[in-house]
Amino acid sequence: MMDIKVLKPILGANDQRAQENRSLLEKNRIVAINFTASPGAGKTSLLLATIKALRDEFRIGVVEGDVSSAIDAETVAKEGIPVVQINTGGACHLDATMISNALESLPTEDLDVLLIENVGNLICPASFALGEHRNVLVASVPEGHDKPYKYPVMFSKSDAVVLNKIDLKPYIDFDQDKFTAAVQGLREKALIFPVSCKTGEGIDHWASWLRDQIRVEQSN
Amino acid sequence: MHELAITEEILNLVLSEASKNNAVKVKDVKLVIGEMTGIVNESVAFYFNEISKGTIAEGAKLSFKRVPAAGKCRDCGHQFVVKDFIWACPDCGSLNIDITAGKELYLESLGVI
Repeated sequence: MMDIKVLKPILGANDQRAQENRSLLEKNRIVAINFTASPGAGKTSLLLATIKALRDEFRIGVVEGDVSSAIDAETVAKEGIPVVQINTGGACHLDATMISNALESLPTEDLDVLLIENVGNLICPASFALGEHRNVLVASVPEGHDKPYKYPVMFSKSDAVVLNKIDLKPYIDFDQDKFTAAVQGLREKALIFPVSCKTGEGIDHWASWLRDQIRVEQSN
Repeated sequence: MHELAITEEILNLVLSEASKNNAVKVKDVKLVIGEMTGIVNESVAFYFNEISKGTIAEGAKLSFKRVPAAGKCRDCGHQFVVKDFIWACPDCGSLNIDITAGKELYLESLGVI
């Protein structure tokens, strides 16, 4: 028997495809944002609020990842935004090949921004690069302030954390200082945007940050 | 919980490395997996057994080297193994911790004929 030293990342092929996506996006001057969250945190609501806030400035496209159903894509399509639904057929995350296929169905020459809604899950999406420029994690008040410690890898690679459903704070034991300490403990420079997609509170501040990030990437 | 997708990537990598080395049979597959990847050894072994059928890796023995989660305190510089998923510095109590190990996911070596 012969022993072969390999020492190669198991997800190396995915990383390679993610790099190809990134090149394709940059060739078309598209900035891609990957949204991750637990199920029900409000990813789709945040996407809709973000589209509303930024659609006058940028041409936006959306990729919706779900294990099954096209409910989210239909909701976005009603806004007149180009959207591709990816049904992962059981897989709990999007991967770079799925994004590559989705890009073929989108009018890439006519887009400035691609918002990617990953599958609702904070474990598996952490392992699969897509080619995105920024990672945004959507957390919500009812999930509790200890969430960062349950999903440290995803939190540690997120550039921003949107804390949704702050209108529920009077009813829930949620310690925002503890949440902030946990998020910034795992990633020093992570920014936290408390919002309520229901009342619209905080959306301006969040959208203003995202606008700046898009402009930074566009000028690179 | 994402073992099937991971195992498919493992099999692809195993077969491509085996083929580069003109192997006719893969006997051993040594994997290194960090504790923070959330990957369960038994589940990978189960899927591998199924999806490798009919390939030169069918029947290969998988072994797993698990890497514990580790962190480095940004305040006092202490490096430590994370126990019971407590992300606080055991020396100074700070919550400002950089993850330094536990995310590993690679194929270390193959035993082939």
